[in-house]
Amino acid sequence: MIVRRGHRVLVQGITGKQGTFWTAAMQSYGTTIVGGVNPTKAGTDHLGVPVFASARAAAEAAPFDVTVMFIPPLAAKAAAIDACEAGAGMVVCLTEHIPAHDVMEMHAAARANGTRIVGPNTAGLVTPGEAFVGIMPAFNRRVFQPGRIGVISRSGSLGTLVALILTQAGEGQSVFFGVGGDPMIGTTIRDALEILDADKRTEAVVICGEIGGTAEEDAAGYARGMSKPVAAFIAGRASPPGKKMGHAGAIVSGDGGSYASKRQALETAGVAVADLPSQLPGLLLSRIAQPGKRQAGN
Amino acid sequence: MNFEEHAAKPLLAEAGVEVPPARLATTPEEAEAAAREIGPCVVKAQVPTGKRGRAGGIRLAADAAEARRHAGAILGIEIGGHRVERVLIEAQVPIARELYAAILNDPASKGPLLLFSTLGGMDVEEAAERDPNAMRRHPIRISEGLQNGDAETVAAAIGPEAAPALAKALMALYRAYRDLEAELLEINPLVVTGDGRIVALDCKLVVDDAAGARRPGLFEKGTPDRLTSLEARAQAAGLKYIELGGAVGILANGAGLTMTTMDAVSHFGGAPANFLEIGGEAYTKAQTALEILLANPNIRSLVVNFCGAFARTDVMAEGVVKAWKLLEPSIPVFFTIHGTGEDEAVALVRRELGFEPYDRMDDAVAAAVQAAGTAA
Repeated sequence: MIVRRGHRVLVQGITGKQGTFWTAAMQSYGTTIVGGVNPTKAGTDHLGVPVFASARAAAEAAPFDVTVMFIPPLAAKAAAIDACEAGAGMVVCLTEHIPAHDVMEMHAAARANGTRIVGPNTAGLVTPGEAFVGIMPAFNRRVFQPGRIGVISRSGSLGTLVALILTQAGEGQSVFFGVGGDPMIGTTIRDALEILDADKRTEAVVICGEIGGTAEEDAAGYARGMSKPVAAFIAGRASPPGKKMGHAGAIVSGDGGSYASKRQALETAGVAVADLPSQLPGLLLSRIAQPGKRQAGN
Repeated sequence: MNFEEHAAKPLLAEAGVEVPPARLATTPEEAEAAAREIGPCVVKAQVPTGKRGRAGGIRLAADAAEARRHAGAILGIEIGGHRVERVLIEAQVPIARELYAAILNDPASKGPLLLFSTLGGMDVEEAAERDPNAMRRHPIRISEGLQNGDAETVAAAIGPEAAPALAKALMALYRAYRDLEAELLEINPLVVTGDGRIVALDCKLVVDDAAGARRPGLFEKGTPDRLTSLEARAQAAGLKYIELGGAVGILANGAGLTMTTMDAVSHFGGAPANFLEIGGEAYTKAQTALEILLANPNIRSLVVNFCGAFARTDVMAEGVVKAWKLLEPSIPVFFTIHGTGEDEAVALVRRELGFEPYDRMDDAVAAAVQAAGTAA
């Protein structure tokens, strides 16, 4: 699922400092915000939309497709489960440092209710020129421009850099899909690839990966069968093994999840892997120009 | 947070998993006294790393005198880079069979995963590699927890005699995993004794750091990562800082961008001095972050790379400007700033510090690498 202008968005934690700042940014960009949640301020208005006691209460009065959570770590589980039980199609969970046992319970609730969770620890989704949900600088036109490249990223900051580099090279983005930096995320890189593969506006895809976990290796299996060109950059080549580099997901132990393992899996699947993000536009453009030349497999 | 064996086992016992009687000792004399009480024992090095047996850190002692000798030999040696400062004196257990059991957070199923093997012991990893069927993988629905019936099915692998006791132990193990909010709870070996009891002879426990806020008492029993004094200072300030030994300092926001900046430094022939990111909620701590970074005497140049999403570059730039004016460092600095708050941040750096940010990360990093190489 890609967030477009027509999607109705609920903001959980709308009245907080960050909720307020980013909701205003989303509204002025064109995102359709239909309401917010804060149990202590139910019945009031904030930024021109009604505030409800819960996502379930909002679902009655202000039906929504997507909810985005500006909720602190220890309260995130309850908010996500509330959203799932309210019938949210998609929950965008920005929160970092949610205890992992809570995250597993969130995923269980999502499965039980047919909800897609994006994140935790995602920077959100952007359709440049149309709408965004989350905490990305969609409104900065030096960074995001409408276009044909889909960007999938575990990290918001690296995703911002890659969007900037594409825009500097004259290539806009069809969508930015932040999957999140946590080890257990609801929508994996592979899931996002499938979504962008089916998206008519997307002609080529960039994966911004990171060391740790096996999400890039898993995605390679899907990329192999795609007709759209895929390029990737994997952060962490220069990181020492065994150190946790901030993202809980970015830790390497043994050979699994290493830079070498990811690069090999992707290259074997026909994905062009860049040494630096600045090489991504060149790698993609050569493949978009000559789609027939792309080799799937070895 | 890592828990060493001596700290983890009492937690297991509380959940109902049987562990042998044991006492901690820091000197050969203490080891001898403990062994006199416990009888025939195992002297076990307490370090937060595996492979202790192969490193000579686990030895059998028939009596107190031998325990004293073994403790003397083990205390002070290094295992996996950790100096042994404590040994556990643990009662010997008559072993009929060695099993392996673990419960961990599984990214694939997004839930708890029970691992079980009848080939426990030192070579379980090799055994599982040779024969994937040797390791049974049982995903658990977290909303229901491990069910009695499932534990019994897994336990049936060891035959009808000991299976009920094993099923009970697996249930207790799951209870411990949930109660402690473990990322990993691994028992190798989990043994069947001569008289049919199930006893945990070792325990590897890693508890989710994110759960620390609601479990302060528990975390006091853990073994924190060893940090340099600057790393400790950063941690106290809520920042993730890792010293790396190179000459190019890096200040960036977000783990992904910071690792990318390190990769670029290395690509252009330099060596990163540190990992330090001020993304997420830490974006307001740029001043403290820069102070810590500049206290590293190895730094010869600095890259400030901001690609603000949630982390507002104007707020981060303000912190950098404050620290820079306060410390007046003499090293060259190379900025590149994009994203949320970009215009204000760029204007601030120009106006207050007189630096012109680079438009492209590669140019800023290449310049910093060159400056670090040519600096006196």
